[in-house]
Amino acid sequence: MEGLINWATAFWEGLPPALQTVTVTSLQIGLIMVPLILCVAYLTYAERKIIGFIQNRVGPTRVGYRGLLQPFADVGKLLLKEIVVPTNANRYLFVIAPLLSIVPAFATWAVIPFNDRFVLADINAGLLYVLALTSIGVYGIILAGWATNSKYAFLGAMRSAAQIVAYEIAMGFALVGVLMASGSLNLGEIVRAQEGTIFTWFWLPLLPLFIVFFVSGVAETNRAPFDVAEGESEIVAGFHVEYSGMAFAVFFLAEYANMILVSALTATLFLGGWHSPFAGMPVLGDTFLAEPSFFWFALKVSLFLFVFLWLRATFPRYRYDQIMRLGWKVFIPVTLIWIAVEAGMFLLEIGPWAN
Amino acid sequence: MTGNLLFFGFAAVLIVAALGVITSRNPVHSAMFLVLAFFTSAALWLLLEAEFLAIVLVLVYVGAVMVLFLFVVMMLDINTERLREGFTRYAPLGVGIALLIVIQIGHVIWFRGADTELVARPEPRPEGYSNTAELGQVLYTEHVYAFELAAVILLLAIVAAISLTMRKRPGLKAQDVARQVAVNPKDRVRIVKMDAEKD
Repeated sequence: MEGLINWATAFWEGLPPALQTVTVTSLQIGLIMVPLILCVAYLTYAERKIIGFIQNRVGPTRVGYRGLLQPFADVGKLLLKEIVVPTNANRYLFVIAPLLSIVPAFATWAVIPFNDRFVLADINAGLLYVLALTSIGVYGIILAGWATNSKYAFLGAMRSAAQIVAYEIAMGFALVGVLMASGSLNLGEIVRAQEGTIFTWFWLPLLPLFIVFFVSGVAETNRAPFDVAEGESEIVAGFHVEYSGMAFAVFFLAEYANMILVSALTATLFLGGWHSPFAGMPVLGDTFLAEPSFFWFALKVSLFLFVFLWLRATFPRYRYDQIMRLGWKVFIPVTLIWIAVEAGMFLLEIGPWAN
Repeated sequence: MTGNLLFFGFAAVLIVAALGVITSRNPVHSAMFLVLAFFTSAALWLLLEAEFLAIVLVLVYVGAVMVLFLFVVMMLDINTERLREGFTRYAPLGVGIALLIVIQIGHVIWFRGADTELVARPEPRPEGYSNTAELGQVLYTEHVYAFELAAVILLLAIVAAISLTMRKRPGLKAQDVARQVAVNPKDRVRIVKMDAEKD
């Protein structure tokens, strides 16, 4: 046994340093990706259950105990389905489009800090990286719509492109407010800048930006009430109308991964990431509830995910021109004005950053 | 070693993508090759530790400009056959311009670059060095007037672009949102109360 361990250490140290880095990083990527994909699977289950309860139904109950194996049954079904490529579709782009939508959804996780220590890539320009990658996700949708060679898919793609470009600007301006408040583009530093009680988190001083950011996030992920790109009552299923089997599953996976991503970003940027809401409260002084930990991050992410599902179950779909109006004429002016207000707060030294 | 390998890998992809932009028959494929070219040039900048420029290149060009580009290209019905009709007629001019550019590049590399070390790798930056912060420092102190001037010109361009599309079209059914919000149900719906009819 000892010989085996010795041999393993010697083997590891004998590897070239570049190979060591690659191995460690791959393992870390696996450590993030596998739970993430499981979260996506169970998010679909949670969605069906929660919307079921809101609509006075029970949701899936048949597969496994209380339907808990339903996501795996769905994956099995989709795996076995045939992928049909429509006539005159652009075969190459048709296949590459789902990949283009899922790669950015996963790659952005590299800079999300899970707790004080664990983040895959602790880079200085983390926030810019997030913005750049989230803006790439739209290619999958546009190309899927165009390559399918179908009117409905094309309409969905056009709607989605205009919508995402509009809401990205508001999202970017909301982020400007966050980086003004924290003085850093590094997501870990942004969370550390919010240390203190629940009232030093950025949601309170940046309340309008917080709301704009989350609503824009909902719009960017093409979720209800902004899901005109799918709009099943008008254009069937929008950009993925002709996709079946695993190609469809990849789009589905990307949408849910993006939901978790937007929730995680909102939690990191506005709700203090891994910090505890009970920090500094005398009653819970030194239990684990007051400690900053991954638990709090996960709880905040779940909270926003619940809001996503709640919105879907309770709001009717926005009309397309109203979506555009909300993005361009409401959100962008709101963020611009609040950035000016924030600058004024800096000058007058009001707010949590004033010490 | 690995740095060099990465550089040549990305450079090769960049050249292939650039060739793809001008040779592919489908305009959407051309646009996607251009996206690939932007990506690989961003990767090259990352190798030079210019992470701000690299990420902004992806953010602005890939995330915004090319999306709009693709948006337009997809809606155009481009007839590639008709575009290729004048090829032989314009070929001599094209070859001439290409030659001129090659001569210019060669001149810069071989004659003017003889005394400067063009291929030397820059010194690796110390840990904690932030490209973004450095650029910000320079932009808002030394070059603040040029920066503000550029901002004003961009604003002007935005205003001009919007005012170009602001025209009154006859028969346009625009909505006045303020009036929609101010609508009172009493003005539109009359609720009639009547007794239930018996037998």
